[in-house]
Amino acid sequence: MATTAPLQTVPAQPAEGKMWRRVLAYWLIVYRQNWRSSAFSSFLTPLLFLGAMGYLLGPLVDSGARGGIPGVEYVAFLAPGILAAQAMMSGVNDSTFTVMAGVKWRKFYLAMLATPLGVRDVLLGHLAFVFVRLVLTSTAFLLIAFALGAISGWGALLALPVAVLTGMAFVTPVFAFSVSQRDGTSFNMLLRIGVMPLFLFSGTFFPTDQLPGWFEPIPWLTPLAHGIELCRDLALGTASVGMATLHLGYIALWLVVGFWLATWAFRRRLVV
Amino acid sequence: MTSQHPQPLISARKLTKRFGALTAVDGIDFDVARGEAFGFLGPNGAGKTSAMRMVAAVSPPTSGELRILGLDPAVDGPTIRGRLGVVPQENTLDEGLTVRENLYTYGRYFGLSRKTAAERSAELLEFAQLTDRAKQIVEPLSGGMKRRLTIARALINEPDVLLLDEPTTGLDPQARHVLWDRLFRLKRRGVTLVLTTHYMDEAEQLCDRLVVMDGGTIVAEGSPRELIDRYSTKEVLELRFEADDHAPYAPKVEGLADRVEVLPDRLLLYTEDGDGALVAAHERGLTPLSALVRRSTLEDVFLHLTGRTLVD
Repeated sequence: MATTAPLQTVPAQPAEGKMWRRVLAYWLIVYRQNWRSSAFSSFLTPLLFLGAMGYLLGPLVDSGARGGIPGVEYVAFLAPGILAAQAMMSGVNDSTFTVMAGVKWRKFYLAMLATPLGVRDVLLGHLAFVFVRLVLTSTAFLLIAFALGAISGWGALLALPVAVLTGMAFVTPVFAFSVSQRDGTSFNMLLRIGVMPLFLFSGTFFPTDQLPGWFEPIPWLTPLAHGIELCRDLALGTASVGMATLHLGYIALWLVVGFWLATWAFRRRLVV
Repeated sequence: MTSQHPQPLISARKLTKRFGALTAVDGIDFDVARGEAFGFLGPNGAGKTSAMRMVAAVSPPTSGELRILGLDPAVDGPTIRGRLGVVPQENTLDEGLTVRENLYTYGRYFGLSRKTAAERSAELLEFAQLTDRAKQIVEPLSGGMKRRLTIARALINEPDVLLLDEPTTGLDPQARHVLWDRLFRLKRRGVTLVLTTHYMDEAEQLCDRLVVMDGGTIVAEGSPRELIDRYSTKEVLELRFEADDHAPYAPKVEGLADRVEVLPDRLLLYTEDGDGALVAAHERGLTPLSALVRRSTLEDVFLHLTGRTLVD
């Protein structure tokens, strides 16, 4: 080609990755339409668990032959566990079908990519929205748990960011998984054989030392057990800086590696 | 090049796109000048959409050179896309949002202020004749309305170039004409149009200049008139006989026209004088079921160049 000088002054757009707020703005408009229905399911589920397990089953646990959880009322043991586990649940829920919709059903990713936005903006903007949702639902649960007396003390406030980070540590790798699927058939499997067992066996309802010895280390491979333990330590005032750093470090590792994988998978799927 | 501008708006040299073993676009050269309506005409699978997606700066070329507004899409993708309007073949409207919200959110992707995005949305609703639908959810709208909304959406950033991939495929004839009318208005306003189509009437109506694509390559280039003059005759005589196979009739019409094409359901006789050829056919004792004399179209150009029809 003869010359490469621009034929006019083309107004420059920011670099890819710096326009994610425009994507978040889209998500907030979508959220304005459907927040009622999504709020209902994301607030109600943890409250049902807290009610059924904490307040109805809990007294039986506390008065059982083995005297329940040492040194703490069952509901106070349970509530921070639910906080973290619910963050994982709703985080994963927000990261499967909606991601596939962006590629295949509603195609909003494709619409965005025809504009100045790049893959990184699309990904960061969507992640930012899932983050906002996690903050909202976790805060709501925490406030209700405070009001009910299931959680108390200032340390519990620190459990909020830990729960949100725990959720995000699942969100980023699940984004990578979801965008790589052909359709949505694998998502229910992910919930049933991945998320649900984690929810049950990572220390939400009972200490992991209740698990058979050979099984006990397995939950610690995912960030959930770490998130639950740290939230609980913060709520009950038993946290130490050393253990907190280890837990947070492992959670952050998943988040960062997940983000890297998601960036790679999004690019592979969307830039062809 | 028909432009006075020293440099074309879009310029491609040896532009190539491969998907694994498949070469979708095989080293094509073309230029698009400002204010021009430029078309890629060809059947499905000719590489039009792949070429278009590279021009839209969403699909990186495998090799070759591509400049859009003088910029390299590999370097300045966001800035280039900021000046393009894209009407994709598949519907990418957010059908869960309202008509107005679709325009507004899209405008925000370009970095428009809330005020500008809202103002332009209102103007474009008018242009797309959708003002009375502004607050409705997109999902139940007709195909024609959705396509008009997609075009309106693509104009929200007042683009230098509007890229349309098969703009009227799947629309009924009336919706097509409404859409063509909108595109003519844009053309008159001086918006540069680049479109792909496998409808020769669409190419003839809308394009100042076009390239005919087949198998990933460009087989001819020119204005619709030039292409017809160069690759076809003034008139075509179509003869239909009572037979499932028309090949046996080809020798019987030999010499009646400059060139004969055999289609499964009819013979096409290319000649300067269709009526004269028909009289001559009758004189030979041929009794076709039907005979039609018409002007040559781009369909005939494509048939001549590739031996195949555009729409199969």
